[in-house]
Amino acid sequence: MRVIAHVAVNVFKESVRDKILYNLVVFAVLLISTSYLIGELTAGQDVKIIKDLGLASISMFGLLIAVFIGIGLVWKEVEKRSIYTLLSKPIRRQEFLLGKYCGLVLTLIINVAVMTVAFYAVLAYMEVTSPVNIRASWPAPATDLAMLKAVALIMLELMLVTAIALFFSTFSSPFLSAMLTIAVWVIGHFNEDLRNYGATISSPVAASIARGVYYVVPNFAAFDVKLQVVHAQAVPLRYVAVTSVYGITYVAFVLLGAAIIFSKRDFK
Amino acid sequence: MKVHPAAWVALVVLFAAVIGLQMLQAEQQPLGLPAGVSANLLYVRSPEFLRRAALSFDALAGDIYWIRTVQHYGQTKLSKDPNKQYDLLFPLLDLTTSLDPYFDVAYKFGSVFLTEAFPLGASRPDQAIALLQKGLRARPDKWELAQELGFVYYWWLMDYESAADWFTRASEMTNAPNWLRPLAAVTLAQGGNRASSRTLWTEIARDADADWLRDQAKLRLTQLDAMDGIDLIERVVEQYRARTGSLPTSWAEMIRAGFLHSVPADPSGKPFRLDASTGKVTLDPTSPLNPLPDPDHRL
Repeated sequence: MRVIAHVAVNVFKESVRDKILYNLVVFAVLLISTSYLIGELTAGQDVKIIKDLGLASISMFGLLIAVFIGIGLVWKEVEKRSIYTLLSKPIRRQEFLLGKYCGLVLTLIINVAVMTVAFYAVLAYMEVTSPVNIRASWPAPATDLAMLKAVALIMLELMLVTAIALFFSTFSSPFLSAMLTIAVWVIGHFNEDLRNYGATISSPVAASIARGVYYVVPNFAAFDVKLQVVHAQAVPLRYVAVTSVYGITYVAFVLLGAAIIFSKRDFK
Repeated sequence: MKVHPAAWVALVVLFAAVIGLQMLQAEQQPLGLPAGVSANLLYVRSPEFLRRAALSFDALAGDIYWIRTVQHYGQTKLSKDPNKQYDLLFPLLDLTTSLDPYFDVAYKFGSVFLTEAFPLGASRPDQAIALLQKGLRARPDKWELAQELGFVYYWWLMDYESAADWFTRASEMTNAPNWLRPLAAVTLAQGGNRASSRTLWTEIARDADADWLRDQAKLRLTQLDAMDGIDLIERVVEQYRARTGSLPTSWAEMIRAGFLHSVPADPSGKPFRLDASTGKVTLDPTSPLNPLPDPDHRL
């Protein structure tokens, strides 16, 4: 466990050295400047748009970090040949891999947490400066805590994307890993179409294959409740719980697959 | 490696040149389009395609299309071009509400933009009805959308039976206000009378989500006041004729005869006009309350 924590902390320090956290500044500037500029363009929908923009930005920035850092976690060590030094120490390959994963997840958690605080700060300012009659027309307060459900599910989605990026990076080049991870993420948003594919085609075999793919490919659309929370629609805790368990189980499955491939890889 | 000072100077000079050239570019006449070609472009028109292509960023994409809708409406409304068109209004609203089906304001404001008489709006109550019905399919519990539908039938189509039907449906929805049911009854019994119009606009002015919508409702209420004023003065003109046997030629004549204390004015302060040949009273052409609702409107 100590080994995993040690590797994880090093990954986090490396991401700080690589100036990954600069994205927080971009996020804050984007949100603050948009909230300032957007008022005249939206016919009174500025709070709704800031909520949409904030949640989408948290998701997008996190996704970029998860994919583009995730694919390099193992590859960089191999490329720099530091993997030989590392694996000659009393550290198991699974521990190394898990440490790398936890390190990037730690980076993502800190990123998402800081972005969420900045997001709520901008919304709190908008709430305080909005007239009472305008506030009364909102479906929920600007600083509605129910939006944390969407943030939590975004974090779980990012954890799954990171695991998938790490999985591909254990056996392929960074470019290919990035392409494959993004492809899985995109396909994961078309899951509903895969499920309904049978209704539009006559071949039962093709329909069965599509349905099979529906169950196998990670259902990323399930983690997206941004629209619902912004409009104060109910997102039951049971839904959040089931989706969280699904995400965590999928992460465990992908990491186990990555560990098996990594343990068989020949570094001679 | 040390950067040569000349490189910094070159950097600044090139940056200044880019800005200067852009300013020059901005002063150029825009390149014209062939006759009959509209500058209004919408690259993607399929809501289903766009919804899928947006992946998990559908709400944000909906916001971008909403901003485009507001800009298209605003720019067209302010345009002095006699051939201006609101041709993108409905497709943009359709895309916005397909990307974000819970975007109530897009349905509500969208129906206002679509119904308003040209050149202030698209004059397309049919499209407003289609948009609001789409909204009700997404939000069957939203009484505001059903009330808005009733309003389109009432104010723009003067179809009071359909209006009463939608007001009734709205009154049966969750959290519907209690003024909707009597409004439905009055609309069905008396058609579009001024009292029910006043009720509608008063509620819109009270509940409006945006200042411009509230201002519009206040203008409509002031117009109703002006119409009340016109009715009242026309009755006085009729009394004058009954007593003198002829129509007055001016307000001064009526004041001298003791029928009026002063020159009557609309709520904006502009004096009413008197048609000496018919006895009809109208707004001054420069009054900000012009144009009053359709004279065929039974208000």
